[in-house]
Amino acid sequence: MAASEAPATTSPAEPRHARRIFLIWIVLALVADLLIWFLWKPHMPPGDMSTSAEHQQTDIAILALTAAPVMLFVWTYFGYALTNWRYRDGDEDDGPPIFGHTGIQATWIIGTAVVVLAAFVFGTVELIIPAGAGAGEGPLPVWKPDGSNYLQVQVIGQQWQFTYRYPQFGGMETTQLVLPQGRPVEFHVTSLDVIHSFWAYQLGVKADGNPGVDDVAYTTPEHTGGFTVRCNELCGLWHGAMFNYGTVVSATDFETWASTTETQLAAVTKILPPYALTYDPTVIPQLGQDVVKVAGITGANGYYYNPGDPVQP
Amino acid sequence: MSLPVRVGTLLVAFAAVVAGAVFIVIHYLLGGPALVDYTPTASGGQVNVVLQEDPQNDSTNTPDWVSYYVQNPANKQWVHTTLFKVPAGTTVHMTILGYDGCTPARNNYWSHVQGTIGGTVNVRWVDGKGQEGPAHNVSLINTWSRCNVGHTFAIPGLNLFVPVQSPDSTASLCSVSPCTSGPHSVEKFSFRTPNHGGTFRWQCYVPCGGGFIDGNGGPMQTLGYMMGNMEVSS
Repeated sequence: MAASEAPATTSPAEPRHARRIFLIWIVLALVADLLIWFLWKPHMPPGDMSTSAEHQQTDIAILALTAAPVMLFVWTYFGYALTNWRYRDGDEDDGPPIFGHTGIQATWIIGTAVVVLAAFVFGTVELIIPAGAGAGEGPLPVWKPDGSNYLQVQVIGQQWQFTYRYPQFGGMETTQLVLPQGRPVEFHVTSLDVIHSFWAYQLGVKADGNPGVDDVAYTTPEHTGGFTVRCNELCGLWHGAMFNYGTVVSATDFETWASTTETQLAAVTKILPPYALTYDPTVIPQLGQDVVKVAGITGANGYYYNPGDPVQP
Repeated sequence: MSLPVRVGTLLVAFAAVVAGAVFIVIHYLLGGPALVDYTPTASGGQVNVVLQEDPQNDSTNTPDWVSYYVQNPANKQWVHTTLFKVPAGTTVHMTILGYDGCTPARNNYWSHVQGTIGGTVNVRWVDGKGQEGPAHNVSLINTWSRCNVGHTFAIPGLNLFVPVQSPDSTASLCSVSPCTSGPHSVEKFSFRTPNHGGTFRWQCYVPCGGGFIDGNGGPMQTLGYMMGNMEVSS
């Protein structure tokens, strides 16, 4: 093997470079990881407002903890090489020949394999434990929070506004997103027109809103306060303006808000379609038939527009 | 080819390129709907704004697009634009003349009047002969019940959502824009502008973009037609 053929390239006077590099690197890596964990992590996005957000924050911190030593090793070696092995005046000799080294090769392969496998296992666990990590799981979610006392909130996207329905409160619909602290929330995200994406940033929730599709995502708000909701899928001219703000309040305040709002919106709720996981906006139950075929709908050149009529030129 | 001809050709080509660049800058970058300024007419913390929505418009390129118009407060002329300017911290008394026929909203939630002072709008009809019906205050105009709503006027940033009543579905709609006659609704409501300046987009939530996917393209996504900006000056 090449390793056995490698000549002794280090003279007795030559310092032990590998040991020096290792010591420099281990000190830097330790300091960096301590700074990352104790100073940087509390400020990492998306914060710790919900279970999913808290896990995402931890995930990002652990990725940083893992990446920092690797990055520092490269920088340390680079700096050490520049300092110690740079070209000097009068030095016209070739550098020492480089041979294979079984130990280094094995360490590299095993080390990278361990890192990648650990990332795979860690990522999978972090997807399962926080019930899908706040991501949309489609209509048949695999991972759910413990218990059954979910608050169901339907998120309806429409160019360019989100509205929210609360099926456990008479199916009321509102432009306000209010959630209780400490209770698991089951979001059902859908759309009435084009593709949207419901992104409750500080809650660490992101789920696509596609017409005719029920996309389910979970989280449990842990702290009261405000959060931002943005559309995260380019959905037309005013996509950038499709945002609003939600609030996490105490369980008591939520019950008060929900019951009050349900009463205030009773007249509107009556004329909404029955709560469903998806809606076909071209079918209006109150008119008794497919609205595209309803006579007397005279607006906008004479009729209502269904998704395929006609294709945009 | 002689030298003068070659030089002449080069100059003509250069002039054509320059002219093209100037046209692009003027037509696409500097062009656009006008801004109607209501701030000079504001008085005592109040200002009156008047809009109309029509089944067509007076442009040559897209005459069949539905469109809003804004009334110039100085001369009462209708301006084909959706940009208007009002002062901050002011009560806006909005009047919308609804000349267009009805189309159901994709989400009937937009039937609900929100964000107006008092939570209602005042509606009355004017028939094709100019006869006015009685006015009444409503907090809900069901877009899914008979032929009720033509469009909506919404400023999401102010949580203002107002359905605009359509005229009698059996009457012939105004066919020349800006409309000055024909059956229409007159809808009045008031809201407060914020105490700080800014640009607030407004739009219609009825899918009235004929010929486009879901009815949401064309006029629904073009300034000067069914969406615009309310500039609030501080």
